[in-house]
Amino acid sequence: MASRGSAHEGFLRHANGRWCKVAILVSGLAIAVYALTDATPRPNGGTFAGYLLGSLAALLVLWLTMLGLRKRIITRGPYSLKAWTSAHVWLGLSLIVIATLHTGFQIGWNVHGLAYALMMVVILSGLYGVYAYANLPAQLGANRHEATQPQMLEAIRALDRQLDTAAQPLGHEDAATVRLSLEQCRVGGSLRQRLTGRQPGCGNRRARDAIAARVDVQRRQGKPDPALTQLLFLLERKDAALEQVRRHIAIKTRLELWLHIHVPATFALLAALTAHVLSVFLYW
Amino acid sequence: MAEHYRIAIIGSGPAGLSAAAHAATLGLSHVLIEKTGHLSDTISRYQKGKHVMATPSQLVLRADIAFEAGKREAVLGAWETAAARAGVNVRYHAEVIAIMGTGEPIAGSLQQVVTRRRDGGSDRRELQRCAPPYRLMLANGDSLVADAVILAIGTQGNPNLMTCPGSDNANVQYQLDDPAAYNDEHIFVIGGGDAGIENALGLAADAAQRNVVTLVNRSAEFSTAKDANVTALMAARDAGRISIMTGTTTRSIGPGWLVLDTGEGEVRARCDRIIARMGSAPPRGFVESCGVAFASSDRLAFPPLSAVFESTAPGIFVVGALAGYPLIKHCINQGYDVVEFINGNRALKPADEPLLEARLAGLPGRHGVDYWLEMLRSNITILNGMSPLQMREFMLDSAVRSYRAGDVIFARNAPGSSLFGIASGEVLVEVDPADTSITVPIPAGSIVGEVGLISGRPRGATIRAGSDCIVVEISRTAALKLMSAVPAAAREVARITTERSLLQIFKSGLTPADLTDVIASAKVETVRAGETIIREGEVGDDIFIIRSGSMVVEKAIGGKTIFLNYVPAGSHVGEMAVIDGGRRSATVRAAVKSEVVRLEGEAFRALLANRPGLATRLREEMASRTALNRFIESRKDSFGGVVEMYTGIANFLVDNGIGEATDVLLIDEKLCVGCDNCEKACADSHDGLSRLDREAGRTYAHLHVPTSCRHCEHPHCMADCPPNAIRRGPAGEVTIDDTCIGCGNCQRGCPYGVIRMDSVPPRKPWLIGWLLFGQGPGPGEPDSAWRYEHARKRPEKPKKAIKCDMCAGQSGGPACVRACPTGAAIRVLPEQFLSVALLDRDSG
Ligand SMILES: Cc1cc2nc3c(=O)[nH]c(=O)nc-3n(C[C@H](O)[C@H](O)[C@H](O)COP(=O)(O)OP(=O)(O)OC[C@H]3O[C@@H](n4cnc5c(N)ncnc54)[C@H](O)[C@@H]3O)c2cc1C
Ligand code: HEM
Ligand code: SF4
Ligand code: SF4
Repeated sequence: MASRGSAHEGFLRHANGRWCKVAILVSGLAIAVYALTDATPRPNGGTFAGYLLGSLAALLVLWLTMLGLRKRIITRGPYSLKAWTSAHVWLGLSLIVIATLHTGFQIGWNVHGLAYALMMVVILSGLYGVYAYANLPAQLGANRHEATQPQMLEAIRALDRQLDTAAQPLGHEDAATVRLSLEQCRVGGSLRQRLTGRQPGCGNRRARDAIAARVDVQRRQGKPDPALTQLLFLLERKDAALEQVRRHIAIKTRLELWLHIHVPATFALLAALTAHVLSVFLYW
Repeated sequence: MAEHYRIAIIGSGPAGLSAAAHAATLGLSHVLIEKTGHLSDTISRYQKGKHVMATPSQLVLRADIAFEAGKREAVLGAWETAAARAGVNVRYHAEVIAIMGTGEPIAGSLQQVVTRRRDGGSDRRELQRCAPPYRLMLANGDSLVADAVILAIGTQGNPNLMTCPGSDNANVQYQLDDPAAYNDEHIFVIGGGDAGIENALGLAADAAQRNVVTLVNRSAEFSTAKDANVTALMAARDAGRISIMTGTTTRSIGPGWLVLDTGEGEVRARCDRIIARMGSAPPRGFVESCGVAFASSDRLAFPPLSAVFESTAPGIFVVGALAGYPLIKHCINQGYDVVEFINGNRALKPADEPLLEARLAGLPGRHGVDYWLEMLRSNITILNGMSPLQMREFMLDSAVRSYRAGDVIFARNAPGSSLFGIASGEVLVEVDPADTSITVPIPAGSIVGEVGLISGRPRGATIRAGSDCIVVEISRTAALKLMSAVPAAAREVARITTERSLLQIFKSGLTPADLTDVIASAKVETVRAGETIIREGEVGDDIFIIRSGSMVVEKAIGGKTIFLNYVPAGSHVGEMAVIDGGRRSATVRAAVKSEVVRLEGEAFRALLANRPGLATRLREEMASRTALNRFIESRKDSFGGVVEMYTGIANFLVDNGIGEATDVLLIDEKLCVGCDNCEKACADSHDGLSRLDREAGRTYAHLHVPTSCRHCEHPHCMADCPPNAIRRGPAGEVTIDDTCIGCGNCQRGCPYGVIRMDSVPPRKPWLIGWLLFGQGPGPGEPDSAWRYEHARKRPEKPKKAIKCDMCAGQSGGPACVRACPTGAAIRVLPEQFLSVALLDRDSG
């Protein structure tokens, strides 16, 4: 009962794994070409099979790079970015087979080796990307609790305003503690902080701990100050709100970060590939 | 002795002002009576700087006041000057509260005035109409006399006033122009509808204003407000910006304080300002009490008028929005025309004549507008009760076409919600999709397409012209107006729909004659969302046909309510009990507000006895439904969790409007990486403005319903669009065309908050330039800073309503789905999605 929608598949399984099958087929053919052609003195990029596989690999790399354009240039015609991503991932993986066979397993410390290494960096980062795309979205959704990022940030600003008001009647020292939460508390921060969602020495956490200790003492003495208890409540709510946004940002960062390797490495690869091809034709 | 005028014009909106200006130009004795202290109250209450639009553009303006599109302030300023120059005699701060004839009682001319009470009942009284001249009573006790009265009071009505002691205090106001104008005040907003909530949020939006805002609502729930507003209100309360008092009423008001009646007793509070937003009373009551009748009790009804705008009260003329013409240009023209008519120029052709000529241009023969209007009115049964003026208005929203024998008028499964009236010739309905030669003829005078009109669902059959014929296509809006203006037309449409849907559903060679008894027993009932029409385990054998809306079928299994099926409009439920005589085997309740036709089991059983073929067919259908139920029950035993998840998802989707949707965007949050490429693609394929908010909206079991149009079967947004700019397109999409005047009615009407008002941003430079050199703002909607900077070079475009058009006209289909890299964004048709296939969605 394949109806529109409910039987939908993600990019990996797109069209019943069509591109996975194509990639396996292409890799199989490449192995067959490599095995069946008789390369003398030994297989490398310079034989007929080598040229064939090399051209295929170079074209594939160019086509794989085109995903960046396809993703951004919205045309009116029928295309599906999901199908493109599917083909990108599977054909990208088949490059491992095709390009490795193209080298004839001879990889040295030169511009040719560099191109190969860069390609592997791109592919491995892509592989990590697939892992991230498969595992993180569910966490991202579950953490949101239907709130949008602007709403999460607005909730924190609102708590700040309440904290500010609640701090007015307090003594100098307590007010200074509250200011820690207002002034020394960040959501984003350095890459490391964004990635882990942890902010050691977060002002709000410090203020919360300090006020909690004071409330604790008062409670034990049996005369809790309602203003301070209310303040503690606000600081705890802000802590929870901060936790949520930071987690949100951490997951989003993890979903994007690998692209910051994948894409620059792609450009480096294109440069190395050009050098590789030119040097082969000009100086060999 | 009261002043005596030839013409008294009530209301200084575009219609009244234009009438007064023309009367002044002609040198007629006149007075323009205006309730407020300025001209044109409705327009002066538009938002500051609102771009007033002058549609329809083909309509020529004929008036003594100028009008062209421009800022609200400029339009009003020009009118101010024109009124002074023409020498209009205006009387400000004068509210007319009663109009009565001072002449002889008019024999047999009685006006029924029905007033509705709060408790749901109504009072009825009869009013004897008297001949002109009329005496006009003003609120301040003055009165004046006029030979002819022009009612041009628009449809805004009066805000409901506070009635507690002290409510005439200066700190009580009924409108909020600029929330930013109040600082450091304790403000109470009374009323939990959209207007009240929006005002309260506006006042509390900027903490720097330091207002203490409290919203007071009489009931415990905010049932009349939109979900989006209620959510925002609750968030503001949780953030400590607004206090909410529900189940509370005001007891008394004084300078600087007010006393409230809460559930727990009286509360006295500091209060500098009260903003009362308790809805407004439509002007209908006042108009009726003047002797002007309305066409029906329907909320959409207008007063029936003669060709010269004269109402049922002789000498009282009605023009403008109150006459059913809300566009300013029409209002202005009518103001001019009505004064010409009163002045004796009865031969004047209305200003919309060229528009109608264009509408009727393609028809055979060289006949004029009047010929065609009369021919349609007299030939098509449901139009018989229309007046010539109503026919003109009707034609502005309709299209007449001639077809040659064999032409297709509409095709099976095509979307469409218009009604077709056959003016001459005959059309054929292809009842069997497999064999187009089997047809049922429908003669001239009747209608086709009523199913699309009532249910909003795709056409059930292809209709061809049987002979050369002339057919009028009546837009959904025009059809609804027609049905409220002419009750006989509404009854006729209902009768035809019931008969045809029975024939359609039960096929088996039934003829209309077989159905006479069943139809005689039929009752059309309105069912509220969530209301149950069939309850599991009860005895009952009535059959229900769902005319509009949709139903969910549920069954209690192992102490839990399990979702079995979703039943869209056009289907029937409840026939099992008639056939096997048992108790109801499942519960059926409305997913959204629906209309059903209830057929008595008794009459139906008689029909079954005569037609064994029908019984067999129904039994087959029943078998497949029973099999489905058993399948789900079996799943329930083995995978209880899966079936509960299925029920949960189904209920969640129904709660989020899927029950009235025709096509809805869903996001699988197990696949969505948050790249917002869907939003960017939407903006890039639509003038740089995104029509969807991916992150906002509800989520259940990783299924997310973003803020995006559901293309409702009966779009709420369409209900009140002055230029009729909202239509259903050929692919079923609900779209807004260029004639939008930016009034924001549709935005207020849409319960899902998917319409935004915005102006088209400046064009972005080519994307390649961004990729290579970082030129421009990049893909997606440009941010406001970039827009601001680049808009300065060119005049700002007016704000119009913006919504999803399902990428109509783009061969690739919806850009959001095309541009999603992972396959998370999907568009679904509700009845396919809400099927057992959902069971196979692996539960998260
Ligand atoms: C937000 C908004 C935006 C709109 N934008 C546009 C647009 O851009 N272009 C367009 O063509 N249309 C627009 N419209 C529609 C248009 O403004 C109205 O349909 C039009 O003003 C109706 O004109 P009218 O003369 O019939 O009545 P109104 O303009 O409503 O005028 C009625 C007048 O009568 C007075 N009055 C009422 N009762 C009494 C009484 N008992 N005694 C004395 N005086 C009384 C009122 O104070 C008021 O001044 C918009 C409507 C809204 C709500
Ligand atoms: C040499 C081979 C490859 C090249 C040159 C390449 C290049 C690119 C480029 C240019 C993009 C566009 C990024 C953007 O614009 O946001 C991209 C995206 C991506 N690539 Fe690759 N890639 C390669 C191999 C792979 C492999 C092997 C995988 C997976 C196993 C992979 C997975 C992805 C994924 C998941 C995306 C993100 C798609 C999206 O979010 O739109 N890539 N790649
Ligand atoms: S805009 Fe709102 S009311 Fe109109 S069709 Fe879309 S979801 Fe329905
Ligand atoms: S589309 Fe919306 S904003 Fe535009 S005119 Fe119609 S109701 Fe008003």
